[in-house]
Amino acid sequence: MDIHEYQAKKILSDFGVSIPRGGIAYSPENAENKAREIGGTKWVVKAQIHSGARGKAGGIIICETPLAVAQATDKLLGKKLVTNQTGPEGKIVNRIYIEEATEIKKELYLGLVFDRSSESIMVVASTEGGMSVEEIAKQKPETIIRSKIEVAVGMQQFQAREIAFGLGIEPQLIRRAAETITGCYRAFSELDATMVEVNPLVISNQDQILALDCKMSFDNNALFRRNQVSELRDKTQENSNEVYASDRGLNYVNLEGNIGNIINGAGLAMASMDMIKLAGGEPANFLDVGGGATPEKIVKAFKLISMDEKVKVILVNIFAGINRCDWVAEGIVQALQKIDIKVPLVIRLAGTNVEKGNQILKESKINYIEADTLEDAANKAVKALGS
Amino acid sequence: MAVIIDKNTKIIIQGFTGKMGSFHAEEMIKYGSNIVGGVTPGKGGTKHLNLPVFNTVKEAVKNTGATASILFVPPAFAADSAMEAADAGIKSCVAIVDGIPSHDMIRIKRYMRRYTKTEKMSLVGPNCAGIISPGKSMLGIMPGHIYKEGRVGIISRSGTLGYEAAQQLKNLNIGVSTSVGIGGDPINGSSFKDIIGKFEQDEETDVILMIGEIGGPQEVAAGEFAKENMKKPVVAYIAGLTAPKGRVMGHAGAIVSAYGESAVEKVEILKEYGITISKNPSVMGETVKNVLSKS
Repeated sequence: MDIHEYQAKKILSDFGVSIPRGGIAYSPENAENKAREIGGTKWVVKAQIHSGARGKAGGIIICETPLAVAQATDKLLGKKLVTNQTGPEGKIVNRIYIEEATEIKKELYLGLVFDRSSESIMVVASTEGGMSVEEIAKQKPETIIRSKIEVAVGMQQFQAREIAFGLGIEPQLIRRAAETITGCYRAFSELDATMVEVNPLVISNQDQILALDCKMSFDNNALFRRNQVSELRDKTQENSNEVYASDRGLNYVNLEGNIGNIINGAGLAMASMDMIKLAGGEPANFLDVGGGATPEKIVKAFKLISMDEKVKVILVNIFAGINRCDWVAEGIVQALQKIDIKVPLVIRLAGTNVEKGNQILKESKINYIEADTLEDAANKAVKALGS
Repeated sequence: MAVIIDKNTKIIIQGFTGKMGSFHAEEMIKYGSNIVGGVTPGKGGTKHLNLPVFNTVKEAVKNTGATASILFVPPAFAADSAMEAADAGIKSCVAIVDGIPSHDMIRIKRYMRRYTKTEKMSLVGPNCAGIISPGKSMLGIMPGHIYKEGRVGIISRSGTLGYEAAQQLKNLNIGVSTSVGIGGDPINGSSFKDIIGKFEQDEETDVILMIGEIGGPQEVAAGEFAKENMKKPVVAYIAGLTAPKGRVMGHAGAIVSAYGESAVEKVEILKEYGITISKNPSVMGETVKNVLSKS
């Protein structure tokens, strides 16, 4: 789960990381008042969406009067920002963060992620803040510092100091820098995060070490024990079909193509999408109804796919194990009685009781194309596009 | 013997009296697995499915001589159960459960570092279908009848894609020595490399089919290991050619976040290590057949 910049900043500041003064606004008047409250002579108006690269998309505006802050807020609120991370549909701006402008002496990069090879938490830092970590890796790989933190004992002071010295931070600021890095580590490990990124982490002209922009992501599997974090979810930042799916226990990712998929198991779903591509088609989605593929889940899956207007053909591929094909077939028939599907439907069943399953489908008088293998199903789905 | 389990392996079920535990216990017993009892804290001393229930894994091991366990406990308590199994001297543990937090998985693995190599439990999963040695024993939730007895070792992150492979092999009249589902999570108990090494040692396995997907370094690590240490041929299929970068594809671990983690890159790297690639998921069986006919 992702959260907004201002939420991540609040969390990090609770762990001892300094951030510029700021406040959230939902209207231009609100924003103007916030600017006066914060004080100073220069403010940054920041559109809150779940994406980086907001600056290039016009989502970050520097203002020199509270009135300009109100005008900038008016311009951004309700707008859909398209960045290189949002996809062409963009993301809606419903919240604006007003922050005092910082005079920057130095911009740094600080990120924390899981390292899947060593199964530890990896700190990645660089002197080249402001660029994405991919760009840094490409253009200035020699500036990247990596430090593996042993989770059983947590981050040690010397490790934080080493990173700080590695970033060329002046001796009188090392202690503060080390506290900042340790704070980010503690937030990561104590809140079940999967990513903390402060980019840039800056040293201001007044020698403060400030998190100027932050991103945090959290482990969905751990949200049950992180109530304060799960409350921060903003569904307006997610694809509406994806929200519908996740609220109903379906694993769904919206894609660009026109062949809708209903499949059990994540691996089989990816494999079926691959087959569609090889057959010359494009998948409209990834949808895993779960290894078990219960009739209830299948009904929900059909409902979900029927909501996607770009879908021109639906491909169902279920490998039934303990949940037999006859049971799955009944689920499909049940779903099609409730939901009107207007596009061609290709169904491939495999596994336990496959003959019985196919027989139930045939006798049900539903209109569908039967497929035998994975390859056959993909070919028939692509062919049905033309019909 | 086959890999990890055989006919004589004594198995206990953790989370025995729950709905999932009971259902799959019966399936495993039907298949012929040697289930000797189970653990549900607070229900010790009772009987379930005609088998003894214990309060702790230690008691269960002491009274039954079990060496393997399978977990059907909810994700929030799964880490605790896995560590309890390790501490009680269980040798092989399968965690079926989906939804264990990554931080908990790391905690389990750190906890297990206290054991020497010979006394350390091998954990398979979580978020997996488990292990089956066809005709011998099943420590998992797969449909046993789709596996024919034979000499191909299967390792798969995905459950249903592993079934697909077993079925394709069966249709070609090829059988399986053992199939191991290592699960779809980013941090798992056993990696491809851990299991592929066991298959290399196994006298009943001639060829290994590795079914991977996008995300993480484990397929590549196994490929490197195979090139340097293995004589048996390895066939691989990698799912997720069409998966977009940076999105989680159902499995928590199926996300491309670094170089070498996309399907295309993994295939390229594995080819360099001399692994035979199944070019699409429909020909996994045929690709294994071709490799078998050459060896």
